[in-house]
Amino acid sequence: MKEKEMSREDLLRKIQELEFAVIDLNLYLDTHPENQRALMDYNMFTSELIRLKRMYEMKYGPLTNFGYAPSQYPWRWIEDPWPWEIEY
Amino acid sequence: MWIYEKKLEYPVRVDSCNPTLAQMILEQFGGPDGELSAGIRYLTQRWHMPTNQAKGILTDIGTEELAHWEIIGTIVWKLVKDVPIEKIKGTPFEAHYVNHGKSPFPHNAGGYAWTATFIQSKQDPIADLHEDMAAEQKARATYEHLLNVSDDPGVNDALRFLREREVVHYQRFGEVLMGVQDYMSSKHYF
Ligand SMILES: [Fe+2]
Repeated sequence: MKEKEMSREDLLRKIQELEFAVIDLNLYLDTHPENQRALMDYNMFTSELIRLKRMYEMKYGPLTNFGYAPSQYPWRWIEDPWPWEIEY
Repeated sequence: MWIYEKKLEYPVRVDSCNPTLAQMILEQFGGPDGELSAGIRYLTQRWHMPTNQAKGILTDIGTEELAHWEIIGTIVWKLVKDVPIEKIKGTPFEAHYVNHGKSPFPHNAGGYAWTATFIQSKQDPIADLHEDMAAEQKARATYEHLLNVSDDPGVNDALRFLREREVVHYQRFGEVLMGVQDYMSSKHYF
């Protein structure tokens, strides 16, 4: 499926999948800082994650506040759904 | 500094209305081996850690535990939000309801409120990391008990994810402990 045509839920799930890979690699790298293979994966998944998050945020508003992402008008940070309100 | 991300770490699907199960899952919201305890325990132990690996892993696992706390709160909320009061009466969730309504609250499954006595910080990295490894195993065991009593497939999926994370955290803390032991013996602490 083309990314542009992905539904909000599919895009969010894709972000969750990628971010999970990055979280797990992050913890692994904390105790294996010289593992180049893991580091390459971390950097590769991170750029992909940043790209998808920008795409999601353009459509649905910021995923992070405090200066990590700009907002369209009006201030979109407070738009629903909040994470606990999403039905998967 | 912490930054909030407006998403769950793992998608939470709940397939039933089940106040009794919600009450049991509160064990991991505010119980001794729950996610709040884990997050506060690790983030509290950072200041005195001697190695960068230890400071990093406590920061990162501590932060991930707060994301798990949010997942648990979401499971509990989704299990009760549409339940009529009649269906709460007579269940173990009734005592919770008279105080907190349907809001999640950090107490264990028996209703005992969260307290800092659930955690430790000794300014002794060996003692603290052993505590952390034990905490991960106890959390894993709790998730297995919860899986034994839950028959909601969506809830079980999230519980299995959380159980698996405890196994990974245990592994990482073990690696950090070995590094701290090497560091201390090379400094002739013992
Ligand atoms: Fe954990």
